[in-house]
Amino acid sequence: MKSRRVSSGRISSTPVHFTFDGKSYIGYEGDTLASALLANDQLLLGRSFKYHRPRGLITLGSEEPNALVTLGTGAKQTPNTRATTQELFEGLNAVSQNRFPSLKFDFLSVNDRLSRFLTAGFYYKTFMWPKSFWESVYEPLIRRAAGLGRLSEIEDQDEYDKGFLHCDLLVIGGGEAGLEEALRAAEQGQSVVLCEEGPRLGGMALFESSPIDRIEVLVAKLQGLSNVRIMTRTTVQGAYDHGVYSAVTQNTEHLAKPRENTPRQTLWRIYSGSAVLASGAHERMIAFDNNDRPGIMLSSALRGYLNYYGVLAGESCVVFGSHDDARKTAADLHAAGAKVVWVDTRETHEKIEGVESYTNARVVDTRGRHRLAQVQVEQQGRRFWISCQALGVAGGWNPRVQLTCHQGGRPKWSSEVGGFVPGVNLPPGMRVVGAAAGDGLTGNWKPVWDLSVTGPAFVDQQNDVSVKDIKLAHQEGYVSVEHLKRYTTLGMATDQGKNANALGIGVLSQHSGKSIEDVGTTLFRPPYTPVAIGALAGRSRGKQFKPTRLTPSHAFAEQQGASFVTVGNWLRAAYFPLASEKHWRESVDREALAVRNAVGVCDVTTLGKIDVQGRDAAQFLNLVYANGFLKLPVGKTRYGLMLREDGVVFDDGTAARLSENHFVVTTTTANAVSVYRHMEFVHQCLAPQLDVHLISTTESWAQFAIAGPKSRELLQRIVDLDISNEAFGFMACAETQLLDGTKARLFRISFSGELAYELAVPTRFGNSLMETLLEVGADLGAVPYGTEALGVLRIEKGHAAGNELDGRTTALNLGLNQMVAQSKDSIGRVLASREAMVQSTLRLVGFKSEEQILTGSWLIPQGQPSDQAHALGWVSSACYSPNLGCYIGIGFIEQADQHMNQKVRAVSLLDNIDREVNVVSPHFIDPEGERLRV
Amino acid sequence: MSYSIFRVIKEALNDHKGWGPAWRDPAPKSHYDIVIVGGGGHGLATAFYLASRYGLRNIAVLERGWLGGGNVGRNTTIVRSNYMLPGNEPFYELSMKLWEGLEQELNYNAMVSQRGVLNLCHSDAQRDAFRKRGNAMLLQGADAELLDTDGVRQLYPYLNFNDARFPILGGLLQRRGGTVRHDAVAWGYARAADRLGVDLIQNCEVLDFRVENGATVGVETSRGFIGAGKVGVAVAGSSSRLMSKVGIRLPIESHVLQAFVSEGLKPVIPGVITFGAGHFYLSQSDKGGLVFGGDIDGYNTYASRGNLPVVEDVCEGAMGLMPMLGRARLLRSWGGVMDMSMDGSPFIDRTKIPGLFFNGGWCYGGFKATPASGLCFAHLLATGTSHEVASQMRLDRFARGAMIDEKGQGAQPNLH
Amino acid sequence: MLINHPLLGPRDAQEFVYKGDARLLQRPDAMVEDSLERFTDYAYNRDNPAGIHRELWYHEQGDRSWLVVTRNTLTHEIVGVELASEVRL
Repeated sequence: MKSRRVSSGRISSTPVHFTFDGKSYIGYEGDTLASALLANDQLLLGRSFKYHRPRGLITLGSEEPNALVTLGTGAKQTPNTRATTQELFEGLNAVSQNRFPSLKFDFLSVNDRLSRFLTAGFYYKTFMWPKSFWESVYEPLIRRAAGLGRLSEIEDQDEYDKGFLHCDLLVIGGGEAGLEEALRAAEQGQSVVLCEEGPRLGGMALFESSPIDRIEVLVAKLQGLSNVRIMTRTTVQGAYDHGVYSAVTQNTEHLAKPRENTPRQTLWRIYSGSAVLASGAHERMIAFDNNDRPGIMLSSALRGYLNYYGVLAGESCVVFGSHDDARKTAADLHAAGAKVVWVDTRETHEKIEGVESYTNARVVDTRGRHRLAQVQVEQQGRRFWISCQALGVAGGWNPRVQLTCHQGGRPKWSSEVGGFVPGVNLPPGMRVVGAAAGDGLTGNWKPVWDLSVTGPAFVDQQNDVSVKDIKLAHQEGYVSVEHLKRYTTLGMATDQGKNANALGIGVLSQHSGKSIEDVGTTLFRPPYTPVAIGALAGRSRGKQFKPTRLTPSHAFAEQQGASFVTVGNWLRAAYFPLASEKHWRESVDREALAVRNAVGVCDVTTLGKIDVQGRDAAQFLNLVYANGFLKLPVGKTRYGLMLREDGVVFDDGTAARLSENHFVVTTTTANAVSVYRHMEFVHQCLAPQLDVHLISTTESWAQFAIAGPKSRELLQRIVDLDISNEAFGFMACAETQLLDGTKARLFRISFSGELAYELAVPTRFGNSLMETLLEVGADLGAVPYGTEALGVLRIEKGHAAGNELDGRTTALNLGLNQMVAQSKDSIGRVLASREAMVQSTLRLVGFKSEEQILTGSWLIPQGQPSDQAHALGWVSSACYSPNLGCYIGIGFIEQADQHMNQKVRAVSLLDNIDREVNVVSPHFIDPEGERLRV
Repeated sequence: MSYSIFRVIKEALNDHKGWGPAWRDPAPKSHYDIVIVGGGGHGLATAFYLASRYGLRNIAVLERGWLGGGNVGRNTTIVRSNYMLPGNEPFYELSMKLWEGLEQELNYNAMVSQRGVLNLCHSDAQRDAFRKRGNAMLLQGADAELLDTDGVRQLYPYLNFNDARFPILGGLLQRRGGTVRHDAVAWGYARAADRLGVDLIQNCEVLDFRVENGATVGVETSRGFIGAGKVGVAVAGSSSRLMSKVGIRLPIESHVLQAFVSEGLKPVIPGVITFGAGHFYLSQSDKGGLVFGGDIDGYNTYASRGNLPVVEDVCEGAMGLMPMLGRARLLRSWGGVMDMSMDGSPFIDRTKIPGLFFNGGWCYGGFKATPASGLCFAHLLATGTSHEVASQMRLDRFARGAMIDEKGQGAQPNLH
Repeated sequence: MLINHPLLGPRDAQEFVYKGDARLLQRPDAMVEDSLERFTDYAYNRDNPAGIHRELWYHEQGDRSWLVVTRNTLTHEIVGVELASEVRL
């Protein structure tokens, strides 16, 4: 009576030990978990999603909707593993899902008795009262009952790789049709990649009883060709534009002890000249009452388990169908010694000697709670029960057309094939061959969809969508196949509609009276089978999520014990704490004081640098910047204001004229890439006639700010150049060299407001220069300073930076309107003159307080409610100023004149903070700029 | 025919014979006072509010395919009112309040689940920006909280706190934000509008507008001419195509947004969470699938599908944020056509043609706006004036220089 | 998607950054009276066609050239690729 192994089929007989739901079993090498459990008469493998009905496998492969288990534990716990594709390995450990307390005794099977209340869409019509109950009661219960397997919530320890392949021909599917295509192309000299989902080449032929010599010959020939790459355990997942395909290889799922450092899976991006889809076809169920018991499966699966795995699912089997293919199953089971009854809906079929058969007959019901025990057959009004342990259903064939839809092509119904075949709009470069195209599937199929009487007759087994649900949806006006799918959730289970869609469309057609063409079908989209998120992420995880960019003086900073901050992808030194300093403020205050009183050195390499060369370089910069550059003398640097074309401030920086036709432009760190992109756009797209060339040199030059009253003294000890105030005045620039001959560039520009320079050397000398500057400047009190002090200094000076250039503020808002020259064309000049922008009263101002000012506070006048209507502006940057001995900030306020030297409140409702601040000029230190010019 | 648990039980015992169509399938009349073009969330909501709030009944919604078959049926179901600018936030907060009463108003369980929306931040500068936005939310009547790392850890202990490339410094939380079942929104509005007498005409594509003596008199459709006193267009990604029929060029580009769902899993993600160091957002549906997505592909398209790099980017974001997701599987992907506007903010406005009104430019954020968009568009159609909270959402704002630019990226749609 | 770079051959679109309609090449004259209206239209209004679209792509991770790509926005088929600096619209 039991389901058992009758031969070794086409797999080995080497025993493999495994456990399922805590019980130990033995299978064979080459088994899947499903075939091994079937061989051990364990047919109950899962519980359905909604009704928790007992379920067993119905398929041979990745289309399996029922036999989902959780494999492994801990970090390796993998929910929703298909037992039908999981290759058995020594020590495999799996448990069933979605049942409590056990697979055999599941409390929620009570849902099955309530099924009439739990029809499709029932939840839209209730759970609305009382209002608060949805979130506090109903939803938590529904969520706990929903879902299938469980994630371990432990970090996935496996590694995943990504690879890139190029080929003339991609063959998708390693069955006979695919093997022939691959061989033909390879013999013509094409480079071929052949992807086969399973572990072995041969396709459906492997699961038939006839010999496979022909397959073996093809495989041997292909394996001998160097221009063929055979990839097994590799599923092509998506057909993307221009011949690009994604594929995933399972590297270790079948191994008990994978080799160390083997990635669990590899995601391939395959660039193909053309592709052949030889993915075969998949058999279809029929809807009849209780068509979902463990032991009921597709007819091709019933014979496949026998022929390939050597497992006979029952001593007595019934084969039921509307297709010639059922005959093969009946014959193979009979030859293996089973008692077979063949029930056929058609009028006639070619009988098999020794096999009881009924034509013009149908299966209309079944019995057997945890395992099939009987089926009820109806023939010409007469009904009778047959005892059996397995039922194979042959409802017709669905060509595996999924990849043909990935670029919007719609499959079309072929009544001749009895399935949906590829439509006319295939992805360019793709051909379809074999059963995937519908070849050889006809089998005298007679349409049979719904044979239900009282129900339940399942269409989507995993989501428990029955014929009744489809009828109800139709009755309620959800008539289109799109509505049907969404209302009933048909086709939305883990098998992605492979089992449910065609059957559901057939059932809908039968009940609505519309032809299948008129009912239509939904599209399939990538992925072809579900793909691990880890595989799509590859190695971009943890610290490798994005690259880490280090500044040239990183080694020095690390050695000094600097604290680092992430700025985009850069790691920059934030401050350099002394051993005695316990709190970051101590370090930052000290650094900021040191710059204003002695000299500090800061690595500013991350700011964008762009070399601009050519006869029209000045003219080009004149177009790109709002202020003028034509008359900038050689040897001088100028602050540059860059607008977007829409007139909003884009970036600011400097441009230094090293020679007549050679400028060096700087940008903020954040905009280094986008400014360069923009400048190339202006040159190549707007002004290609200008003789100018650009190159980004951000990474080519290490650049350091040397700032403070003693900066000249320090630098004179390093550079081979007269940098007295007379010889090298404020905003001067020069190509020069260090005293040791190292090439260098020197710019007298200041972000801090002190006497300051920026010195650039080729990157590879950066670390050494940093060390040298601090060594040579030790007696002058030279200190390294980081981004925090850099920020304090520029806020003290009232310089706008990223926080102020937020992509909405204009030159007018920033107090820089006079820099926008009206007498020449520049990017953004025209659109900056739009009405609302010129009328804006928002202006950059400073704030002073004895208490901490919080960036992100909004400004509310005293005595007014804290709401949007009364909001005057906001604080964009703030810090403690050690040079002033109080807290300062800068930001924006409406009608700045009215509020200047008045108090407003800086309010942060998030922090319950409401503090008075004084509105002042943002230029806190040396507003006249005298210190710059000494 | 109202919905309730009593009805469900009664019908279950009666073999479900009493359930009728959720909405009628009428033939179009020759003339309506107002015709709404587009049977998606916004169009259906507009029709509902025109009928329920403004008492207008002689209304039709024309949908070229099946109701709710566009973006309302494809989105990642997130609702929130965590915008910053005064041109936006009051609108989204109104929408949030409408969500909170929606099921009762529609008698349809839209599964409004206010499970919280958390935006993570990974740098001081980002936290400062979140503080600014969170304060703006509070100033404008919404709810917001700024969490530190521990606060985030309490909600989501399995995030990558240890070896993250961009450490989690905290997050901005809107507790009233969450998710809503998207199909239910379309069907709920459709059913409710239909019950009030609105004609929902499916499989009726608007091919052109008929303008006589400078005013709109109706629409040419695949089912013939339909006269209208006023026409309101709400067709999302198809906006440019349709409005070009009357010579209107819009500040819109159509782009694809891909979205994804995983296989069903037992509950693991309690709220909505967005990653701040990459484009990635995630929640878990009541059926168990993880619903997630990221950035648009970035090029103009009407193909409703995208390419592989975005799929990889999104999953990289997922793993960067929650490395325990490695063994969850992406089950389904889909794409929708987004009407990306030049400042990332929408339009609810009259057009230069009298009688023709436009609602669009929702970028990838139209779902959460559905109720307020419907209400404000209905207000405009019914009264001829902009609703207060939508007063800045005008087509001429670019000419005036009054952009509503949350991200500060300027006139480039794919950066919004 | 693959872009057939006129100098480098087919490259994955992932190497590029997309900007938008190639009409951006036709920047209006800034120094005339009605420049504001023209610039507003230039910067904001788009054809956004469903079909053939000429658009700007920047080969940021390659040779830094700006390209005008002629592509069908319904099918993604690319029918032409040119260096932007050589295009006269």
